[in-house]
Amino acid sequence: MHGQVLKQFRDPDLGRRMAESTRQRLQRLADKLGRRPRFMEFCGTHTAAISRTGVRGVLKTEVDLLSGPGCPVCVSDYSDIDRAIAFSTVPGAIVATFGDMMKVPGSRTTLQEEKARGADVRVVYSSLDALQLARENPDRPVIFLGVGFETTAPTAVMTLEQAVREDIRNFYLYSMHKTTPPPTRALLPDPELQIDGIILPGHVSMILGRKAWDFLPSKLQRPGVVAGFEPVELLAAIDTLADMLLTGNLSVVNQYGRAVREEGNLVAQQAMDKYYSLVDGPWRGLGTVAGSVLKLKQEYAPWDAEACFAVNVPPTQIPKGCICGEIVKGKQSPFDCALFGKGCDPIRPVGPCMVSSEGTCATYYKYERM
Amino acid sequence: MCLAAPSRITVIFEGGFLAEVESFGNKRKVGLAMVPEAKVGDYVLVHAGYAMEILDEEAARESLKTWEEILAVTGEAKSCTDKS
Ligand code: SF4
Repeated sequence: MHGQVLKQFRDPDLGRRMAESTRQRLQRLADKLGRRPRFMEFCGTHTAAISRTGVRGVLKTEVDLLSGPGCPVCVSDYSDIDRAIAFSTVPGAIVATFGDMMKVPGSRTTLQEEKARGADVRVVYSSLDALQLARENPDRPVIFLGVGFETTAPTAVMTLEQAVREDIRNFYLYSMHKTTPPPTRALLPDPELQIDGIILPGHVSMILGRKAWDFLPSKLQRPGVVAGFEPVELLAAIDTLADMLLTGNLSVVNQYGRAVREEGNLVAQQAMDKYYSLVDGPWRGLGTVAGSVLKLKQEYAPWDAEACFAVNVPPTQIPKGCICGEIVKGKQSPFDCALFGKGCDPIRPVGPCMVSSEGTCATYYKYERM
Repeated sequence: MCLAAPSRITVIFEGGFLAEVESFGNKRKVGLAMVPEAKVGDYVLVHAGYAMEILDEEAARESLKTWEEILAVTGEAKSCTDKS
């Protein structure tokens, strides 16, 4: 049943008509603004989807689609990546991580290199797999590297809750999880960026709810659309943003109603409130963003890798020439980087934006090179 | 990293913490804690090993209907200007 509906979201004819409507509306908006409209997406999955579906190419002359800080690995600060790698040196430890983290260059090494040197690093699909490793290896600490936004953050503490319930003491979480509204708030007013509207992250909004973004029109005078990931949905989101800017009727529209509700997922929100506190923390490119990083609360210290293992984190060394920090802000594009495709590619990535499948450099390398 | 795949719940295990889901012929176990109201047969979005939300097919059809209507109006407007 659901497949039928999905097919319609990919229907080429509907897509063509939607593209035509969007193009016309964007042209009218350009006339009104006296320049090309600029929209930003704050989700790496959108960055990849906008390129993969060809939407970026189709609307190339009508709109600038900027990619914001939407890739969790890419926005992780060097100090955090270095600490994550350092956990692999804890005696006897098994480090469990999503595949995206393996090749991310820290200041001196990567998890993959540490694994080659004998560290026990395992790629898992889910924090539940990490918990299973802890059950199977009761004498060894299993450290799960938690990286992601609101979509991923609750899954880690759902697993932690299970660990608490079963009294599994050798499961530890290192939380680098981050929330997305604070950087959105920080970036939007930047006059250099001139962002007119925002394509809001579909799966993050599934947790937070549409309502969470109401500050965009009310405080920052910008429209937003919560968008899905299929071609027709992406076009419709851009069309709706242009329409709101033309009429001056700014709001936050939910166009991903099949997954996103007004209030979001309350069970997930409650779990996050119970286990995490929001602290100020560093983002690559953005510096310290107030109240944006989710760390485990004091009472869960026995499961908190940071509280339990003192590791040596080397002083940060940023690879020469990598402009990943500017790219996550939408200020520069991968094409502005001298290393893009010339010394930095997905096989030998220099910066995190080329590592993660949702990093802007990786997406542009795959889809946007002529 | 926030990728989520639509999958159908085929079995809910005892206690309701885990379910088996099927997506494109692949079966796997996922956590169900975030959607305690889910039933066998529901389509859910799965991310990082957890079912995140039950997909609302009615809402999906609703979006499609709205867009068709918008496009119909835009189309008409265009043919009107063409005539003039
Ligand atoms: S192409 Fe490579 S070196 Fe250049 S910004 Fe992207 S990740 Fe950094």
